[in-house]
Amino acid sequence: MLAFVVRRLLQSVIVMLVVAFIAFLVFRYVGDPVTSMLGQDSTIADHEELRERLGLNQPFYIQFYHFVTNALQGQFGISYRLQQPVAKLIMERLPATIELALASATIALVGGVVMGIYTALRPRAFTSGVIMTASLIGVSLPTFLIGIGLIYVFAVELKVLPSFGRGTVTDIGWWRTGLLTESGLRSLILPAITLSLFQLTLIMRLVRAEMLEVLRTDYIRFARARGLSTRAINFGHALRNTMVPVITITGLQLGSVIAFAIITETVFQWPGVGSLFVNSVQVVDVPVMAAYLVFVALVFVVINLFVDILYFIVDPRLRDGVRSGK
Amino acid sequence: MQKSLAGLTAALIASTMLVGAANAETIRWARASDALTLDPHSQNQGVTHTFAHHIYETLLDRDSDGNLQPRLATEWFVKDGDPTVWVFKLREGVKFHNGADFTAEDVVFSFNRARSDGSNLKQLHAEVAEVTAIDDHTVEIQMIGPSPLYPNNITNTFVMDKDWSEEHSLQNVQDFAAGESNYAVLNTNGTGPYVLKSREVDVQSVLTAFEGHWADAPAVTEIVYLPITDAATRIAALLSGDVDLVQDVPVQDIERLRNSAGFKIETGPENRFIYFGYRFGEEPLKSSNITDSNPINNTLVREAIELALDRDAIKQVVMRGNSIPTGIPNPPFVNGWTAELDAYPKPDLEKAKALLAEAGYPDGFSITLDTPNNRYVNDEAISTALVGMLGQIGIKVTLASRPVAEHSPLVINNQSDFYLLGWGVPTFDSAYVFNDLVHTKTDKHGTYNGGLYSNPELDEKIIALGTETDLDARNASIAEIWAVVKADRVLLPIHNQVLSYAMREGMTLPVHPEDQPRMTTVTFQ
Repeated sequence: MLAFVVRRLLQSVIVMLVVAFIAFLVFRYVGDPVTSMLGQDSTIADHEELRERLGLNQPFYIQFYHFVTNALQGQFGISYRLQQPVAKLIMERLPATIELALASATIALVGGVVMGIYTALRPRAFTSGVIMTASLIGVSLPTFLIGIGLIYVFAVELKVLPSFGRGTVTDIGWWRTGLLTESGLRSLILPAITLSLFQLTLIMRLVRAEMLEVLRTDYIRFARARGLSTRAINFGHALRNTMVPVITITGLQLGSVIAFAIITETVFQWPGVGSLFVNSVQVVDVPVMAAYLVFVALVFVVINLFVDILYFIVDPRLRDGVRSGK
Repeated sequence: MQKSLAGLTAALIASTMLVGAANAETIRWARASDALTLDPHSQNQGVTHTFAHHIYETLLDRDSDGNLQPRLATEWFVKDGDPTVWVFKLREGVKFHNGADFTAEDVVFSFNRARSDGSNLKQLHAEVAEVTAIDDHTVEIQMIGPSPLYPNNITNTFVMDKDWSEEHSLQNVQDFAAGESNYAVLNTNGTGPYVLKSREVDVQSVLTAFEGHWADAPAVTEIVYLPITDAATRIAALLSGDVDLVQDVPVQDIERLRNSAGFKIETGPENRFIYFGYRFGEEPLKSSNITDSNPINNTLVREAIELALDRDAIKQVVMRGNSIPTGIPNPPFVNGWTAELDAYPKPDLEKAKALLAEAGYPDGFSITLDTPNNRYVNDEAISTALVGMLGQIGIKVTLASRPVAEHSPLVINNQSDFYLLGWGVPTFDSAYVFNDLVHTKTDKHGTYNGGLYSNPELDEKIIALGTETDLDARNASIAEIWAVVKADRVLLPIHNQVLSYAMREGMTLPVHPEDQPRMTTVTFQ
């Protein structure tokens, strides 16, 4: 078990290094930060001088090397755009993203499981048909449109929810939370729903498919034959066996919710790391972009690690496989 | 008596109502992006300057018509008998937010800081040799040579408090390349009409009126500044009543807002023109099917292109009426602009085709047009429109659209054959356009002359403008340069941008030509 974790951790480091390497390889093609930094009143000489000072004239692998050696000492540099330490910027923005991600993951999980069970148990009901059709729309509409649509309905027309931002926030140590105030909670509703829709649909369809599968298996038939109550069969036996893949998928999706909340954060002006990244890309803020991409890699790697460990615990076959040296 | 009593009562009621209106008026002001930094000399960027103008002040200012106005300086003139020295008389009784007095030493400190190495404002002060305090309220600026237009350059050079700056080691502008942040990035101490109360970068900043400010108290007593990146969200925030004022309004929303009850739009011309630039020189274009010559180096071809261009159609269709078509790459506020230069030809496809044939390209040619897609109002759509217009005379244009961060380097590094760019003229003088767009590309000039136009005769005249003290002779020279630029069709101007601010009913904010609106100019009905 320990060897497994250590091996995974080593792999994680390699993944992050590869991500950073590719990032620096690509940065040359996203534009020139110097132009936007210097503005109109600058000469070619100024451009050259600044590029030299920032080390942008060096080949990308040298820039990559500097980034890695500095990162190992906890130095992620200064944002070109905001002129503040990158680590500080990301840490300031992280709570907003995590709160949004957790809220939307909760909505997706609860809503997805409930609707999944419902549609599996009553496959022919009219409401199931409605839910299945609506879910198709949910996956096909771009997040941007859903977000803007919700804003227009609930903020502009009905005026019941705020159109942007995070509302009033409270500081608990370095963690800035919006969960403790009414305006903070109200601000969370629309972005969380927007971000959750895709995952919700995914989980719902997964639960439904798994559940239908399980309901057809022999042990459920035996359970029925034994005269167990429908409730016990559906929730005690069928649902339990459905949940294993659901947990895995939810875990993995949590990673992508944190990493790819970019669009939702932009539409709702949610002050998380995603909107920080978008603003940074526009002006080619290399230090922030590099740190963010490595951070996203870290999130995925850590969540994958947890999921693997969970599997390890849940699935006896995996354990046996490791023991036999596979 | 009765009458005067009634009048007095009315006046009293009116004045109390005025006080009521002036009491605690908060304005929630949304725009597309946040100020980059609060260090007033670090970035030379409009959004950052606009925000700084509320906290810090400059010696001179520009009003809504683009005219120079006194601010921290009350008088400014060239020293008697020495055309190389500018004298500034400073306003008395001005205090910084921390209570310190504003004196000439602060100006000397700030100007030296603004022209130091790490400052992005240093180009504006390139002609300064020395800044000296003569007494507490007089500053003399010794220029390298006569610089008749230097006051135009200082409208964004903010004054910091010397003692406060030294206390927090702010003598140098932050050197972020060296991985430094400094105290002034997040903290302020200016003489401006508002004091910074709180700031969360990219989220919100709150400013409150400065009690000790030298000017009349503004109607807006509190500003909540809210960057909202996404245009649709920004407008939705205004419509839902979450903000009072939106500065960056997309053109497609203007008509709708104008027709919505409870909202209004203020529009005005911006000091920024949009133009197309050409690749000059004999060398064949990289992106063309003509491999033995450069078709657009031929004046006839450039004339044909201008005749194919329908500026009015771009205004109507692409800009939905929100632009001012122009025949000169120079906004109307700027010294050197004339109605005659501003005139532009009507489209004439037959003549354009004839000109192309005369130039030796009867079947047209192909070329790539580089355009930004996130910098100017509808930039990509303007370029798309031109592609269609040139197609009508047989010029096959391939459009290459990129974000501005990728587009600008193409122009600066001379890698584009044909490009769209916008240009503002912060000095309000034609020399600024000539220096960067017309002068031959060198280390110091022609930075954005991406097509490498070069005319040594013009270069000489352009350089001479910098030191010519006889304003009539200087203006005559400007007119001569424009005549050549226009005849040579060096640039293909499309239009001047129009600014629109959207706000709730009951308040008015005049449009500022440099898009630097001041909340002190807001009035309430």
